[in-house]
Amino acid sequence: MNPRDEIPRYTASERVNHWTVAICFVLLALSGLAFFHPAFFFLTDLFGGGPWTRILHPYIGLVLFVAFALLVARFWRHNLIERRDVEWLKRVPDMVASGDDSHMPEQERNNGGQKVLFWCLVAGILVLLLTGLVMWRAWWTPPILLIRVATLLHAIAAICCIGLIVAHVYAAIWVSGSIHAMVRGKVSRAWAWQHHRAWYRKMIGDHRH
Amino acid sequence: MSLQSLDIRRRSATTLPSPEARTPASGEVAKLIDVTKCIGCKACQTACMEWNDLRQEPGENVGVYDNPLDLTENAWTVMRFTEYENPGSGNLEWLIRKDGCMHCEDPGCLKACPSPGAIVQYTNGIVDFHEENCIGCGYCVTGCPFDVPRISKKDHKAYKCTLCSDRVAVGLEPACVKTCPTGAIMFGTKEAMKDQAEDRIVDLKERGFDKAGLYDPAGVGGTHVMYVLHHADQPSLYADLPDAPRISPLVSLWKGVAKPLATLALGAAVIGSFFHYIVKGPIEVEPEAEDAVADDDVDAREDTR
Repeated sequence: MNPRDEIPRYTASERVNHWTVAICFVLLALSGLAFFHPAFFFLTDLFGGGPWTRILHPYIGLVLFVAFALLVARFWRHNLIERRDVEWLKRVPDMVASGDDSHMPEQERNNGGQKVLFWCLVAGILVLLLTGLVMWRAWWTPPILLIRVATLLHAIAAICCIGLIVAHVYAAIWVSGSIHAMVRGKVSRAWAWQHHRAWYRKMIGDHRH
Repeated sequence: MSLQSLDIRRRSATTLPSPEARTPASGEVAKLIDVTKCIGCKACQTACMEWNDLRQEPGENVGVYDNPLDLTENAWTVMRFTEYENPGSGNLEWLIRKDGCMHCEDPGCLKACPSPGAIVQYTNGIVDFHEENCIGCGYCVTGCPFDVPRISKKDHKAYKCTLCSDRVAVGLEPACVKTCPTGAIMFGTKEAMKDQAEDRIVDLKERGFDKAGLYDPAGVGGTHVMYVLHHADQPSLYADLPDAPRISPLVSLWKGVAKPLATLALGAAVIGSFFHYIVKGPIEVEPEAEDAVADDDVDAREDTR
């Protein structure tokens, strides 16, 4: 076998699911920021103006939630945090400073950073859903204090989630081959060996370690 | 009112000053509602509907005099009736408060509004909604300490009392003021209205209302609609008029310090990532990895042999 031969990482349905969430997230971030700071209000033009942005944002949110819930059902098992992840996370500052991941502890299918991102997004999106339903008031009007608390939490959770996604997107750009993995579903064996060695061994049926 | 009126002190979702050259030389305006003179005739409600050409469907009678029961997109002012048994005197007092926008000096609606120019405050102090810019999000409701704005079911725009900004701009008093048969509603400069209230309060105190006073709450920087109350020590007696209204700290945090901080943080994350890439470049698969994978193949072949 050639070391550049590819091994499967994401099925077509996992990829469609991931990109559905991604598209919704970008639309929600753009429309949500438009309501958050006047500097971003021009983004409402992308959605057909202010009122259309206000109408669309919560529906896109519902689509994201359903798609994200499916993604969680598919991936949660790969994101259980173990001791090796804690070790890996401790060495993240070194990795970022050196721009080199070859000295990192070997990782399973997902590394510690991916796992932390996963659980933070689970929490963040749950908060966004619940507070968003309170802010929507299309069909019911909650008490004003509840609306105010929900509004503030919605903004905080949204900023945290956008920040996490900025990190997620940059990590994908930084680690060559990651975007190909989520677009075409495959990675080279050498890529798997370098970034997810424990997963690589499982995939090639090597149980020596 | 037009945004070209050159008298815009504050404009929602706008970070730079708006045309503000024209400031009333006589000072800011105010409406003074003397609750102690109100007889509850609702002429002000009628005048408001007539001048603004709005008609609120009469609601159901639920055993109180309030009609409609609440402010609506068509009812920008509502008389709220409270039957109060005064424990001091043993008297039954009928407290009637004309509810509506208070035209805060520091308007919570304007602070919360995300749409540029949907809410403005003129240099005369009037807070006005420009519905053509309203996106119907309801943030003004979230921001208002007095629960005043109402979102229309028909067009999803927010509505409230304009203090007849169109009439005031041409030197007329608001419609409710013009119609009030007892003179309980007055209009003029804020200073004149405060003087007026002061005289009246002295009068009320002589008549036994020793807690009479002016409602011009400092928590929102004062208001351009003020009340003379017999029981100024207990505003909440008057159909839950807030005792100490202010913009909720939750709203201040959300539309105050959080806005620039979050924007800076996100910008820094994006720019930081970009420069990290410029400095460190991508992580490519190293030759070491390819060798290791090739070795595994050799091992695997030996195993099968």
